[in-house]
Amino acid sequence: MANMIATRDAYGEALRELGNKNKDIVVLDADLSGSTKTALFKEAFPERFFNVGIAEQNLIATAAGLATAGKIPFASTFAVFAAGRAFEIIRNSVCYPKLNVKIAATHAGLTVGEDGATHQAIEDLSLMRSLPNMVVLSPADGIEAKQCIYKAAEYNGPVYIRLGRSKVPVVFDEDYKFEIGKGVELVEGKDITLIATGIMVEKALRAAEGLEKEGISARVINISTIKPIDKDIIVKAAKETKGIVTIEEHSIIGGLGSAVAEVLVENHPTYMERVGVEDTFGESGDGGVLLEKYGLSVSNIMDKAKRILSK
Amino acid sequence: MGNYSSLENTAKNIRISIIDMLKEAKSGHPGGSLSAVEILTALYFKEMKVDPQNPNWADRDRFVLSKGHAAPVLYAVLAEKGFFPKEELNKLRKIDAMLQGHPDMKGTPGVDMTTGSLGQGLAAANGMALAGKLDGKDYRVYALIGDGECQEGIIWEAAMLAAHYKLDNITVFLDHNGLQIDGANEEVMDIEPIDEKFKSFGWHVIKIDGHSFDQIFKSLEEAKNTKGKPTIVIAKTVKGKGVSFMEDVAGWHGKAPNEEEALKAIEELGGRKDG
Repeated sequence: MANMIATRDAYGEALRELGNKNKDIVVLDADLSGSTKTALFKEAFPERFFNVGIAEQNLIATAAGLATAGKIPFASTFAVFAAGRAFEIIRNSVCYPKLNVKIAATHAGLTVGEDGATHQAIEDLSLMRSLPNMVVLSPADGIEAKQCIYKAAEYNGPVYIRLGRSKVPVVFDEDYKFEIGKGVELVEGKDITLIATGIMVEKALRAAEGLEKEGISARVINISTIKPIDKDIIVKAAKETKGIVTIEEHSIIGGLGSAVAEVLVENHPTYMERVGVEDTFGESGDGGVLLEKYGLSVSNIMDKAKRILSK
Repeated sequence: MGNYSSLENTAKNIRISIIDMLKEAKSGHPGGSLSAVEILTALYFKEMKVDPQNPNWADRDRFVLSKGHAAPVLYAVLAEKGFFPKEELNKLRKIDAMLQGHPDMKGTPGVDMTTGSLGQGLAAANGMALAGKLDGKDYRVYALIGDGECQEGIIWEAAMLAAHYKLDNITVFLDHNGLQIDGANEEVMDIEPIDEKFKSFGWHVIKIDGHSFDQIFKSLEEAKNTKGKPTIVIAKTVKGKGVSFMEDVAGWHGKAPNEEEALKAIEELGGRKDG
């Protein structure tokens, strides 16, 4: 069994490390510091941690004010409240003035699990991707999550980082180097391409193994920068394989699938299938079981790949 | 009472600039700009440590126009103060112009925060005050909010935060002219007793006539001497102040004067004189 780390845990550790290196890093949370893991920073640097209470609009606007004075604020809450409830604050007080605010949103997607549909953000990538000046990151595992946090801190401007609640298998080696805007080919392949983001990368890798057993050579690409997206790696895959399956723990509307479709339509139209939440809300239940029920499964990825290959 | 004739003359010129630029722009918000003229004049021409030659000076005092639609008064003051050429005022709201319909901190020297969507500016001002405390700097943060704006939930989220973090380096002015787009506050959504609300949220509350320089400066002094809590100055003002046909008329919230109305307004204000 692979090493398992939740991306939110990696976030908390990365924050604490950054706090040592850079005194301008400040952290804000909206009464969820135990869950978002910003509590790790709070314990180490209490004077640089601000709990704003259950007030997500205030969370973002206060962070914006701190950024105007040279601070590098990381603001955290659950993705549904960050991207949803505070959307217009992010738009007008962070993205429009291009302030140096990092929004690290945890508990994204169906794997929130038992809390149910109210707490399962399946549209945050779509919302954040639509905002000018916003960089949108969606790391695949704990190692990449840490790298995303480091790079976000170095980058001057708004960044949204999508993090998950559940422990997920580690896919990257310790020496992996993440770069904003660069996709990574994890598995070579010539028949079909699987483009995945976030915790679905690991499932894409398993789907590729399954396809290989059936004699199908599947390329696997990790896209952890949803915006600005790596057009080159997508177009190259479109040219070199028969089609593309996108895989995300997000609505099929507006997220990775849409971003890839936009690149393909304008550059190299090809066959495409999207694996994601199919325009519906989630429900309560075990996260892993929910992924299966809503089609975010290895078997569904394999089916969609084969559907393209049968055309 | 001090002698404020110089500031009064500046305020008059600010009002004339507001009328002029709105006439040229053919749209914008005169009412809530004219009601805040004395407050902004007092801040920028006497109170605040700012440097028009170095608008991003790290130790400057900050001002956030949370009621961003009153941009004309801020622009008139910044231009009068020398942050940018006065010629820019007549390009307000026009294509390719520096002066946007609502304040844009990245495009306009002297604008400390992008605002326009109500309520957010106060929370951002808190962020600036927190940063000042964290860095041990003695700059002060000022914000101007509207009375209709107090209907926004984030105002009260921010009000809680400022008191919780004991932000005695922030002073908020409430431009209490009593009117909003759809009519009087009490008809649209009553905000009273607004003084008791802020008091119960942990603020030091001062009530003044927002057109009296004497009272504005006294309130600023009192705010600086108030430790351990934020101060709000509830400034009773007249919407459209200084122009008889605009005074206390909600219809002048977001309507620009035409040539004839502008001429009449400027005549009433006494015309532009220097000194």
